[in-house]
Amino acid sequence: MSFAQQIADLRGYLLKFAHLQLRNEAWAEDAVSETILAALVKPQSFGNRSQLKTWLVGILKHKVIDALRHHSREVSSTDHSDVDDTDPLDYIAFQADGHFTETPADWGDPQQQLRSRQFFEILEACVDKLPPVQGRLFLMREWLELSSEEICKDLQLTPTNLYVQLHRARLRLRECLELNWFKKASM
Amino acid sequence: MATFMRTCREVAALLVAREDRALGLADRLALRMHMAICDTCPRFERQMLNLRNSLQQWRNYTESDDLA
Repeated sequence: MSFAQQIADLRGYLLKFAHLQLRNEAWAEDAVSETILAALVKPQSFGNRSQLKTWLVGILKHKVIDALRHHSREVSSTDHSDVDDTDPLDYIAFQADGHFTETPADWGDPQQQLRSRQFFEILEACVDKLPPVQGRLFLMREWLELSSEEICKDLQLTPTNLYVQLHRARLRLRECLELNWFKKASM
Repeated sequence: MATFMRTCREVAALLVAREDRALGLADRLALRMHMAICDTCPRFERQMLNLRNSLQQWRNYTESDDLA
């Protein structure tokens, strides 16, 4: 298979992550097209498909960061459907005196768990269910591995604003995984 | 001493917040003291650590997709 063909085969794979991070069809398409173009101008040979993926995802991450910076205003502006005024901690039930209403479940030892494709699919579905702004900010931390300081600088956000969104995202994700993975796994 | 006492709700907030920002000294102390005497919050902490670990594994997976 030619180099171009190998790359074309991975287009859908790249698009999935671009879309998860950018939450915008057109931006995601552009980021992936730019990734493929950049890859085609410097063909290299890889021992296996996994190494090719690692290389392409590395390029994609740069293109995605460029897109986030370019669209910085829209990336973090909440439209009507995105407004979330609840206290993030309301995703967990607490009694009036500040104690947990329900003891947090034992999710098992992460070191012992062999993460499966099925688990990652649930994780991605849970991230995809976050409101767009929360999802973008969360993945900037967890997929692009940007520091909170870098995100604030790139998107002109105040730290308080960023932290409250990330806080919500993390608690929602926890709740979603608990419902759709950990509870089911222990049944 | 009273300033270092935190409810489980406040401690849960710190355990989430520290994923994205460095906690101040007073918060770190209060967290440590609370964890030493509480049965419930360490369970929540284990969930947050599990989540951190899961996300790291997911990140590696997005780059190579090498799963059985």
